[in-house]
Amino acid sequence: MAAIPDTNLDRFEDTRTPLRRAFDSIPPSLLTLIALLVFWETMVQWRNIPEYILPAPSAIVEVMISYWHRLWPNALVTLGEIVFGFFCAVCIGVPLAVAIVYSHFMQRAIYPLIVMSQTIPKVAIAPLLLTWFGYGVTPKIVIVVLLSFFPIVINSVMGLKATTPEMLHLAKSMGANGWQTFWKFRLPKALPSIFAGLKLATVLSVIGAIVAEFIGADKGLGYLILIAGANFDIARQFASIILISIMGMVFFAVLSRVERIVVPWRQGSDLAGEG
Amino acid sequence: MTATPGLAATLPDTGPTVTETATPPRPAHISMSGVTKVFNGRKGKVEALRSVDLDIRRGEFVSVLGPSGCGKSTLLMLLSGLLSRTEGNISVGGKDITKPNSDLGIVFQQDVLLDWRSALDNILIQAELRKSPMEEAKAKARNLLRMVSLQDFEDAYPHELSGGMRQRVSICRALLHEPDLMLMDEPFGALDAMTRDQLQIDLLRLCSERDMTVFFITHSISEAIFLSDRVVVMTPRPGRIERIIDIDLPRPRRLAMREDPKFTGYVHELTDIFKNLGVFREEY
Repeated sequence: MAAIPDTNLDRFEDTRTPLRRAFDSIPPSLLTLIALLVFWETMVQWRNIPEYILPAPSAIVEVMISYWHRLWPNALVTLGEIVFGFFCAVCIGVPLAVAIVYSHFMQRAIYPLIVMSQTIPKVAIAPLLLTWFGYGVTPKIVIVVLLSFFPIVINSVMGLKATTPEMLHLAKSMGANGWQTFWKFRLPKALPSIFAGLKLATVLSVIGAIVAEFIGADKGLGYLILIAGANFDIARQFASIILISIMGMVFFAVLSRVERIVVPWRQGSDLAGEG
Repeated sequence: MTATPGLAATLPDTGPTVTETATPPRPAHISMSGVTKVFNGRKGKVEALRSVDLDIRRGEFVSVLGPSGCGKSTLLMLLSGLLSRTEGNISVGGKDITKPNSDLGIVFQQDVLLDWRSALDNILIQAELRKSPMEEAKAKARNLLRMVSLQDFEDAYPHELSGGMRQRVSICRALLHEPDLMLMDEPFGALDAMTRDQLQIDLLRLCSERDMTVFFITHSISEAIFLSDRVVVMTPRPGRIERIIDIDLPRPRRLAMREDPKFTGYVHELTDIFKNLGVFREEY
């Protein structure tokens, strides 16, 4: 709430040259990234580092273009696993969180097991899933669900429990029934926390898909990375890694945008540094 | 003159009740007798309230004053039906209170505004839940906001409002459905002194325009005197009524009255009661 006047003061008297102003408008993180890429490029060129150890950024871009016909269909397979797995995790996780919050039995019988199950490394059970579900997309989706489901449940439970006793008393004193209390009080109160869980889940779902493809697959970006590694084709590995990273970032950005639409009241408090 | 024979004629029928207690000018709105509340805690039973008897007339402003943990808030919860009593009787408007009573307005120390709703929509939730006609409710809500000088903030979200503004919105919310009973649990306890003064005046203004019984909980002696018709003094655990003091100050109350000898007299009287109860200890 207090941060706004300072930025206004800057704008009040702008003595910067046009060039300086243009430079300032570039996000600093982007500048850092560009500097790193330039450093990488020059080091590779200058020290003559062979391409099977570390290809230059320019070489990676070339490979991305020439290899696109293989990258693109495989990326779509991985993207499908990520999005579908994430969707399943949301469909299971959020209702389960509601059940845990509303049912004393679920809270005591299921919730501790969910928390404990998180000590099992999912990667360790991946080969098992392969045995059960075969080489197809199913085991990949199952792993994505297993990985991303946990933060969704935990954060949703936390959010749904954030309703204070006073708020529930207030709802009752206004004659709200259980249904109204959920839709008008509990759920909106939980939304910021649920979205925090969803955003964490996007990151984990990307990891889940790639790991699942490492264990056993005949398509997908994880599979491409393995094949390229076996052939010492570092440039193709980088190309796949960059593509999967971009997919992850876009997924995260889409979710952040949805959050802004669904939870608009959070924007103000983010500015105030409370979020 | 002509009324006298008629009154005399009816006296024998209602005789016993009339002679027992002086007839109050208005009927009791709230009546509590022998109210006891025992909580079953982990370390055994905790008696929060013991045998509380209190009648409040319609339109009366009654403050309950006492140190922390004297069961003031428990009393309010019992009155609203949000908690059930262990023993005794509570009736509001002649109805026995056994389940949450929605025929009232309630204000807590925390404003409990909904972050995701603007000031106006926070007030309107009262109408939404009660399924009242929306257009009429909107007009009323705007009017209430004007009464507390927040007419320019109807679209503001709670995080854009100060603590005092937020509490004002929550008072408006409690008043939207024009309840005849208002329960307030230390509503100004979290505010700074100046905001507190202003809100006390805002509250008195809102009260003067409607016929409303107010049950007000506070631990501020001067706040209790300033606002109330009667101040109920409670003892520390288990909470019992120690004394009930009538505040004979004219209305409308003004801030300057706090320097009035009569006002300071009440302050002394109440302070002495708390000293005798051991709530205040002066030696150091």
